[in-house]
Amino acid sequence: MAIKMTPRNRRRLIVNNIMLSATAICAVITVSSLFLILMYLLKNGGQSVDLNFFTQLPKSPGELGGGMANAIVGSATVVALASVIGLPIGFLAGVYLAEFSPKGFGFLVRYTADLLNGVPSIVIGIFAWGLIVHNMHHFSALAGGFALSLMLIPITARGTEQFLLEVPRTMREGALALGAPMWVTIATVIVPAARKGIMTSMILGVARISGETAPLLFTALGNQYWATSLNEPTASLPVMIFTHATAPYEDWHRQAWAAGLVLLGLVFVANILARTIVSRGASLPK
Amino acid sequence: MATPAADLRPKYKKALIGGDELAKAFTFLFAALILVVTVLLVLELWRTSSPAKEKFGFGFLTSQLWNPVTDEYGALPFIYGTVLTSFLALLIAVPLGVGAAIYLSELALPRVSNALTFLVELLAAVPSVIFGLLAIFTLVPAMRDYVQPALQKIFSFQPLAPFFDGPTFGVGYLTAGIILAVMTFPFIISVSREALMAVPREQREAALALGATKWESTWQIVLPYAKLGILGSVFLGLARALGETMAVTMVIGNSEAIHQSIISPGYTIAAVIANNFAEASGKMFTSALVELGLVLFALTMLINGFAQLMIVLTTKKGAAKS
Repeated sequence: MAIKMTPRNRRRLIVNNIMLSATAICAVITVSSLFLILMYLLKNGGQSVDLNFFTQLPKSPGELGGGMANAIVGSATVVALASVIGLPIGFLAGVYLAEFSPKGFGFLVRYTADLLNGVPSIVIGIFAWGLIVHNMHHFSALAGGFALSLMLIPITARGTEQFLLEVPRTMREGALALGAPMWVTIATVIVPAARKGIMTSMILGVARISGETAPLLFTALGNQYWATSLNEPTASLPVMIFTHATAPYEDWHRQAWAAGLVLLGLVFVANILARTIVSRGASLPK
Repeated sequence: MATPAADLRPKYKKALIGGDELAKAFTFLFAALILVVTVLLVLELWRTSSPAKEKFGFGFLTSQLWNPVTDEYGALPFIYGTVLTSFLALLIAVPLGVGAAIYLSELALPRVSNALTFLVELLAAVPSVIFGLLAIFTLVPAMRDYVQPALQKIFSFQPLAPFFDGPTFGVGYLTAGIILAVMTFPFIISVSREALMAVPREQREAALALGATKWESTWQIVLPYAKLGILGSVFLGLARALGETMAVTMVIGNSEAIHQSIISPGYTIAAVIANNFAEASGKMFTSALVELGLVLFALTMLINGFAQLMIVLTTKKGAAKS
């Protein structure tokens, strides 16, 4: 079919081609920023990661070598604490929102959860400091875990709610029609059906808080040595990256790159696992 | 498998139904906990910041003075830095992000679109301290040696010259804005893409059938239809940029004053809290930092509220018509 190529039509076609190509370029630029990040981290971190990084304590400035074994264990401690507090609370709140909540109150809790999810992480840190560090008079892994759990609760609650609501009505009705009470239906039919989605949102939530730095700055603080109890200042990988990258020592920068690579590796593995294997078929929450 | 209730003795059955009430009450406690914690958070910020609020009043928001030695505190340089860096971030991220979202929803094959969206979501998962780490060692030297001198050359005429004035340190408002832009891409792209994909097919087809080019249909029909959702994504990105701490703290330059030049070092609310809070000695200093936190909290809540509202409005509209 021939379209008459008047000058006006030609101009429209040119504008069309330019603008459409421009959107493709936008997509390339934004996505390539991810590859740039990966490339630099692999290049610089790859040269710096060695076995010592995982087994030794940090060296003081000026000394070469050393590792961040205490920060790896510290991060695991703080994140485990946050998960133990945050996942059950978030999950049960999500069950309430999806299955039991009356309209008005449900809306209020949902809105508040989204609000809490949007609170800047540094403000969460101030809150945990005021509630725990200030009252107990010292920085601790407990305070850090508490701060991170506050970020995990709304993510888990909203994720759980969303996936429970996606379970087909007919499954609920089937179980109820067989005479099962609501709570048995929830525990044996609805939650198992939504298992994959709930697991996915939990893994994504834990991965997200593992990389958080700001809430730990004045709760878990940091520590150059091993923490011997949950009540002591505790090192963590994100805070270590911050202190080492901003310090003026060459060898500390090397350690920061290594820590960055390890941290990003962990976060990405969790993300990819959650998004591909665990959630196969489930649509993801935002 | 649940036993059919008909087989059960009445007493046992009653206990099971009572179980529903129990389950409801039990899970209610945890839902209510979310409310309690959030209220506590606001109260705690309000209480801890009260010495500063009493001493400085509303002058806190407009004063440029920041002196821990004499215990005089004003928030303006930090509010200015927070707003300016976020504004610069949006200036970069909105055209690129919306452009990419248009490509992903209108042009790319579904498989390509899904793969790219997956990568964009991975970008959202990168911890902010890692953005900071990369920025310190790659972006800052590049800004110092190439970008900032080039900008000074290009904008050496009035009235723009003062905005690019001063020595080139590499760190500063603009560098922080660029990092924030990269960090807000994922939010703008994934929410805008969804808003665009919620536009009914008929809208596009009608425009194309009337002889519009693909771009004309996108620009004049699809974008206006999805504009609330896109605006929502921009506000969501803005809220994230305002509250972002680590990456900005590492490249902002820590200067407690207001500078007109966007390549000059500055400070943001989140950065000044991150750098000073742990060592803050003195009740007034801590209190002033908490009040800054309160200001930041209020600012992000306001913007987030707008964003949620707009996203809800568009998804409803899209769902009703498709």
